Amino acid sequence: MNMLIESPLDPRDAVLDEICPAGEGWMGTVKKGQTFRIVDLEGNQAVDTLFYNAHDAEERYSATDTIRRQGRLYLTTGSRLISSEGNVMLTITADTCGRHDTLGGACAAESNTVRYALDKRPMHSCRDNFMHALNACGCAHHLGMSKRDITSNINFFMNVPVTPEGRLSFEDGISAPGKYVEMRAEMDVAVLISNCPQLNNPCNAYNPTPIRLLVWDPV
Amino acid sequence: MTSHADMSRPESILWEELVPGGNHWSGLMRRGTALRLTDLQGGANLSALFYNFDERLERYNMADTLKAQHTALLTRGHVLMSDMGRVLASIIADDVGGHDAFCGVSDAALIREKYGERPFGVARNAMYRNGRDGLLIELGKWGLGKRDLVPGVNFFSRVIVGEEGELSFAAGHSRAGATVDLRFDMDVLVVLSAAPHPLDPKPEYAPGPVLLTAYRAGLAAEDDYCRNFRPENARAFINTERYFAQ
Repeated sequence: MNMLIESPLDPRDAVLDEICPAGEGWMGTVKKGQTFRIVDLEGNQAVDTLFYNAHDAEERYSATDTIRRQGRLYLTTGSRLISSEGNVMLTITADTCGRHDTLGGACAAESNTVRYALDKRPMHSCRDNFMHALNACGCAHHLGMSKRDITSNINFFMNVPVTPEGRLSFEDGISAPGKYVEMRAEMDVAVLISNCPQLNNPCNAYNPTPIRLLVWDPV
Repeated sequence: MTSHADMSRPESILWEELVPGGNHWSGLMRRGTALRLTDLQGGANLSALFYNFDERLERYNMADTLKAQHTALLTRGHVLMSDMGRVLASIIADDVGGHDAFCGVSDAALIREKYGERPFGVARNAMYRNGRDGLLIELGKWGLGKRDLVPGVNFFSRVIVGEEGELSFAAGHSRAGATVDLRFDMDVLVVLSAAPHPLDPKPEYAPGPVLLTAYRAGLAAEDDYCRNFRPENARAFINTERYFAQ
């Protein structure tokens, strides 16, 4: 089992402290050297997250480069999130959950029809959150972002174990109320989040809940 | 062991083309055609990306493909799903199994670190190539680029996942003459690179060649193995057929 590493940072010193409600999207910028924390307030909440170079969204988080560079499927303290240009975007510096998913991606109206039933199309989804954020956030507009930029995301707090035989399953979360993951930005990054609204599988324990987002300046 | 020479050949072959080890290729495969991929020497790696030819924003989606079929490895029966819930291609035959779907491709830095440099000026067409640049060259020919480069499939390569998610490359997984057959269920832009798998520990740069054999396969029937492999696949085929309904 991974070591759980706590952070010395105090939320009272944070320069950003916001709640992202259950099932909603969020977009913001974290500057190089700043620390970004996501708190799973009520437990077992999947947080679908993408990172972009804040000055050129063509450079973005790459799941495959992150996986192959660390030779490991899951993310935890010490994991370096690698960009599509091979640069380190962020380093995970604290993690009280212990394991985060790189393979499960985001739910979408269309994939819900495949995974559950054709009539699930109208249900709210992470891709709808991503698409809405790209329209609603000034930084996405400024970067000229569109569906082309939506790639394979991280699912913080989500447990997607893979067996040696290659079976992949969505398991009940290993997260719990108050668990958090914290990462230091190694470049200026735009952060795109969908606080997952999925109701059809245990990734959110069938009950999507709010998350808290914090940013600290370098000490 | 079956050699390439005595392998059963598909009927109604449309064309054949060799992708030399390390090289890259792209082309349009029409709905109802298939590609047989043959690892001629054993130990090849073929990185592949797939796009809806008519709307290239619709593309192969690693996560949707894996989670819908509850697998991290691909083999016969599995389909390659787009982000729009449709079937781009189906793995209709496979004598390798366990194809890697999450390690991505080598890039210039990795090839240089592992094997050193061997540019065109020294090696001519035996120069060292990497997966990422090869895929980007092919994508560029169709008006696509870095924003369209997504996680793809590494045919013939298998990566084993340990208890804590640690990865190990299964050496010697694919033997000489091994084949995988992909049927295309939409009009698909196929983009390929036969550069080494990024986790292949072999110390020398020696990527194997892959033979492409295109043939007519027809559309997926009601009793099609891939369609009926999982209920998720059946629904993805319904979505695909609705797209082509007229």
